[in-house]
Amino acid sequence: MMLIQCPHCGPRAQVEFTYVRSMDSIVPLDSTPEAAMATLYARDNPRGVSDEIWRHTHGCHQFMTIRRHTVSHDIVAVVPFGEALPS
Amino acid sequence: MSRYSALSLLHGALNGQKHWQPAWRDAEPKKSYDVIIIGGGGHGLATAYYLAKNHGVRNVAVIEKGWIGGGNTGRNTTIVRSNYRQPELHNFFEFGLKLWHGLSDDLNYNVMFSPRGILLLGHSDADMIRLAQLGDSHRCDGIDAELLSREQIAKLEPLVDLSPDARFPVAGALIQRRGGTARHDAVAWGYARAADALGVDIIQKCEVTGFTQSGGRITGVETSRGAIGADKVAICVAGHSGHVAGLAGIKLPIESQTLQAFVTEPVKPMINTVVQTVGLHCYISQSDKGGIVLGGDPDRFPSYAQRGQPPQIEKAAAEAIALVPALSRLRVVRTWAGVTDMSFDGSPIISKLPVDGLYLNGGWCYGGFKATPMSGYSYAHLLATDAPHPLAAPFDFGRFARGSTIDEAGVGPWPEQR
Repeated sequence: MMLIQCPHCGPRAQVEFTYVRSMDSIVPLDSTPEAAMATLYARDNPRGVSDEIWRHTHGCHQFMTIRRHTVSHDIVAVVPFGEALPS
Repeated sequence: MSRYSALSLLHGALNGQKHWQPAWRDAEPKKSYDVIIIGGGGHGLATAYYLAKNHGVRNVAVIEKGWIGGGNTGRNTTIVRSNYRQPELHNFFEFGLKLWHGLSDDLNYNVMFSPRGILLLGHSDADMIRLAQLGDSHRCDGIDAELLSREQIAKLEPLVDLSPDARFPVAGALIQRRGGTARHDAVAWGYARAADALGVDIIQKCEVTGFTQSGGRITGVETSRGAIGADKVAICVAGHSGHVAGLAGIKLPIESQTLQAFVTEPVKPMINTVVQTVGLHCYISQSDKGGIVLGGDPDRFPSYAQRGQPPQIEKAAAEAIALVPALSRLRVVRTWAGVTDMSFDGSPIISKLPVDGLYLNGGWCYGGFKATPMSGYSYAHLLATDAPHPLAAPFDFGRFARGSTIDEAGVGPWPEQR
């Protein structure tokens, strides 16, 4: 299980959180239909570091961006949704 | 390769069991092949077997980064059924179910297929209407389905909680009697032995690290044991399809997630069928060794780790105990997890890819084991003829762009909600 550092509540157990979707699946509002379909229906799905949107569903309800390794499950960074992840 | 038979067993018994030979060769990679299949799970080995048997394509290698059957083939709950609602799915899986029924004879290897019945419980009048519709959709296409009353369930599965104050009261069930379970390792080993006997090279501990291309066409693979050339390269690595296709620069409508299962200590026969329900998501069966095999939902976030998270085990166990209270007395002895290709409509992809010479078989979500024979059968057809098998034609890669997805659950491109 992962211990997730909620930017608003501090360290909380993974069961309080819900995975929402990966960052590469956000469809910009001015996308062409083709680009929107490609974004909706294709993923990088990396075996490695992945940037994802999670929500503290059973806590403060806030969305956040998590940079996480998909094999080790190590969490590299967590920031409130909308803020940039450290480069 | 000697044939297994009652006579060979008897002969071995009288001669100190000295007749046993390795079931397949430990092949060294050749310089090139007609077809390279990446992935030595049940699907890859079945593909090689049907390529050689049905299409006479024998210059074939199956390359596997670990050992054969060590991935999802060895990490499932061994359930075999064809009771999907949508015609594209149930016709495909029904052809496969027929292959299952003759598989041990075909391979000369006992895969211990046991058609003990898939029991799908309903918990309300609405569930029973849904089950009746589901059963009708099967019977229209010649697939067996039978509605059961509570009395019939009591006879078939006496330990299911049928009391009126059960946590999930049982209103009835739909059963597919020709479905059941099989011995997962035997499926991989049986296909490996049969494919090897037809000349297929099985190369283990050989990881693909890249593809070689020339003039926009795939010409082979780079591996941890050197480059190997091929006219056609067939990806068959469900769980890791996104990673391997990514090596060729292709993005897939697939997200990898972990699916767990677990097994209790062995006990005397207590579960006679495979028990599932329409309202919950857990599945209960008993292995031939006596352990109760249980499974539930995927972990619902992207992961390539072959280990799972405790909450899903707890959820599946809670549901199973609510359905069969006697299970609460059993101890869990082992849990395991596999990486599944969660596709964006819940259906597989058996298709050419946009690069010439490259093919994909993946996206099996958490239902790949039952598909093993048909997956190999139809993938071999595609590889040998460059045209999809008619029953696999709906599962092409282009369906997502065309908007003609085959979405059994009707949830759209959100694998974490499936």
